[in-house]
Amino acid sequence: MSEHQIDPNKWIEHYSDYLFNYTISRVNDRDIAKDLIQDTFFAGLKSMKNFKGEASERTWLISILKRKIIDYYRKINSNKGQAEVRMTYNNTEEHEGDWLEERIEDEGYLNALETLENTELGDAIYDCLDKLPEKQATVFKLKTILNYETETICNELNITPSNLWVIIHRARIAMAECMEKNWL
Amino acid sequence: MLKSLFISKEEAFHICDKSQYKESSLWEKMKLMFRCLFCRTTRHYVDRNTKLTQAIASSKVECLKHSERELLEAQLKKHLKNKVQQQP
Repeated sequence: MSEHQIDPNKWIEHYSDYLFNYTISRVNDRDIAKDLIQDTFFAGLKSMKNFKGEASERTWLISILKRKIIDYYRKINSNKGQAEVRMTYNNTEEHEGDWLEERIEDEGYLNALETLENTELGDAIYDCLDKLPEKQATVFKLKTILNYETETICNELNITPSNLWVIIHRARIAMAECMEKNWL
Repeated sequence: MLKSLFISKEEAFHICDKSQYKESSLWEKMKLMFRCLFCRTTRHYVDRNTKLTQAIASSKVECLKHSERELLEAQLKKHLKNKVQQQP
């Protein structure tokens, strides 16, 4: 029997938020990210028989999602036509060498580094969230990532505020411990 | 007044948790700070908790809203049901 099993009934519960965070950090649009995840799940259902169980379900879904993201960029790129590259260099002797300084503090490069670091940090956070009991993870996400009001969460999950704070407390301790090991 | 400034470790942790979501009052924050002056465990907890908040804020991590998740779940279930029905 293979090490990993596949169960589409658990995909939303276990992977939807992880995949969403993975996608939005790459496409930067909420609606497109949701569409790509939906396509990923549908493609996953279609090719379930190809799942060999050598990698985890999450890794398998991510590999499908990566292809979907590449397809998305291919599609928008072909809609736009050929990519346009524009560079301006000063040809006059007076400005010789200026381009070097102009390019040293390349904002795009710094942004890319920041994005990469945020993506890695986001992955570390989700890895830690995965280790929490389901209820703790749900409450933590609603409160900390989505910034929902305490009252809204209590109504949504039918719990009391003191119950919520106990769950948050336990989740924060576990998250801090896990993040200390993996990141901080 | 001074007596009410003393709080238990558990209460300090609770105030610290609430502070991470800007839900603690000024008086509660003062009580927490006072406890930090003489309790190493509380100081350690506050430090760790603050680091966690900062890490999450700087990561700009996102997740699906409850309604978006439910919609996605409904669509997947529908698709799954169709797939099962199509199978011989």
